[in-house]
Amino acid sequence: MKTTNQHNPRRHTALALALAATLLVPTAALAQQDETLTEQVELEEAPEAGEEGYFDYPGMDELPDGEFGEAVRSGMEAFVNTRQHPEARRHVGNGQNCANCHLGGGMAANSAPVWGAWGIYPKYRGKNDHVNTMDERIRGCFTYSMNAKGSEAGAPPEPDSQLLKDMQSFMFWAAQGAPVGENLPGRGYRSVPEPEDGYSISRGESIYEAQCAICHAEDGSGKFTADGEQIFPPLWGEKAYNWGAGMHRINTAAGFIKYNMPLGKANPVEKHAALSDQEAWDVSAYINSHERPQDPRWEGDKATTAEKWHTHKCLYNHEAHGHTLGEGTE
Amino acid sequence: MHFSHRLKTLSGLLLTALVPATAAASDLGEKLAQQGNDSGAVACVTCHGADGGGNGPAGWPRLAGMNADYLAKQLDDLASEERENATMYPIASGLSAEERQAVAEYYADMTPPEEAPGTDASETMMERGQAIAENGLWRKGVPSCVACHGPGGHGVGADFPALSGQHSGYIANQIKAWQDGSRHNDPNELMASVADRLTENEIKAVAAWFAAQPARPSAE
Repeated sequence: MKTTNQHNPRRHTALALALAATLLVPTAALAQQDETLTEQVELEEAPEAGEEGYFDYPGMDELPDGEFGEAVRSGMEAFVNTRQHPEARRHVGNGQNCANCHLGGGMAANSAPVWGAWGIYPKYRGKNDHVNTMDERIRGCFTYSMNAKGSEAGAPPEPDSQLLKDMQSFMFWAAQGAPVGENLPGRGYRSVPEPEDGYSISRGESIYEAQCAICHAEDGSGKFTADGEQIFPPLWGEKAYNWGAGMHRINTAAGFIKYNMPLGKANPVEKHAALSDQEAWDVSAYINSHERPQDPRWEGDKATTAEKWHTHKCLYNHEAHGHTLGEGTE
Repeated sequence: MHFSHRLKTLSGLLLTALVPATAAASDLGEKLAQQGNDSGAVACVTCHGADGGGNGPAGWPRLAGMNADYLAKQLDDLASEERENATMYPIASGLSAEERQAVAEYYADMTPPEEAPGTDASETMMERGQAIAENGLWRKGVPSCVACHGPGGHGVGADFPALSGQHSGYIANQIKAWQDGSRHNDPNELMASVADRLTENEIKAVAAWFAAQPARPSAE
């Protein structure tokens, strides 16, 4: 594998987001109209890498010229510095960047790399009973992980908008030479089996304090520079991913944490873990036992929303820290 | 006006209350930096320079504008030999806890030299260094330096010191010290894990690039 010309451009962000307080569209109505508001299905686990290793994605010195090159660069910038990109930032309603959950600027194996995702779309998804394009999938990321409802635009990017063309150009470029329709080694996160005795939020709290708080802060709010540039992403609270994001599921976050966190100590590319399976589940449960922006698929009350959209491994509408989760932060 | 009069009185009171204490601390810090003390601590300026900029060829780091809590922790660790250094041990252990804090605050408040130390590294080496500093080496799972040391490598709080405006030789020596285990006072072994994955050339390149970036005054 190549060791030069690393990807992942600067994660610099600059402008603090102005929240659009004006956009208070009734969310139940929105939920029926917007095809991005779907249940997220578990994908099949990616196979282990063989001797040839992971897909050899292109280096920065292989960026194309011309209009397509411009689109790739813009899409890459939107992915890494989402809160800074002139168009993408209008759709970010929290303190996150795409690359916070897709390490290495979307290139690191076992960190949900874009080159692993590109070739499995368009894809039929039984849960919403239609074929989903990558365009629609990225809009889903904005809806949930970036909490688009609280953004300046108040919604994810329009289908087939220039921003989504740019982001897809970046993904297409990153995946050049990768087989289409294959579940590639390194795609997604590794799944971490739920421990036999389940998980413990209180054990997770101790792990969080020892392993995570130094960067993400005791109160989960992350760290930002004085002028609002993100240094470490928030994990809960109003600037975190919302109650509909994949990361609020305990199994999903445990899979991310296991081989990606603490940053630098774990290594997704070498599949090196700093935490045990049990610790990954415990700390994932602790992180996801805090309030965050409301699920945009809100059905009018927590119980109904939970019954319709939260029949997976999560703590929405469950008791934690003395109250029933799912209030939202709005 | 009554209101502004009250403000003036209030600020006057605050000044009276605060000035003696902070002045005393900064006086102590300045005195130690310039003159050392009678318990074995030689003057900091002897090696770290009058401007707190350190001395590249000798391997002595820039102190001016570094985070106060970071500097205080290093002095504490040097005194307790949690951070091993034959030169700094007698000096740090010759300072009381209060003196270590005072001298740390003194240097944190000092404006760092405007000009970066720089290096004689080639352009190719600098480009390589910048790519590692800003993008990491993700093909082998190494995150960017700025992911923890903050945008521009200007440092983040007490735990992630500034790298910008630091001497290349000092940076490279520290990374190697983490590799061989002789430095191990990083929080949660975060730096040791990253250092282990770097080659000699990568260390040289990244150290050269940070040495060419001007420092920023300490934010905290």
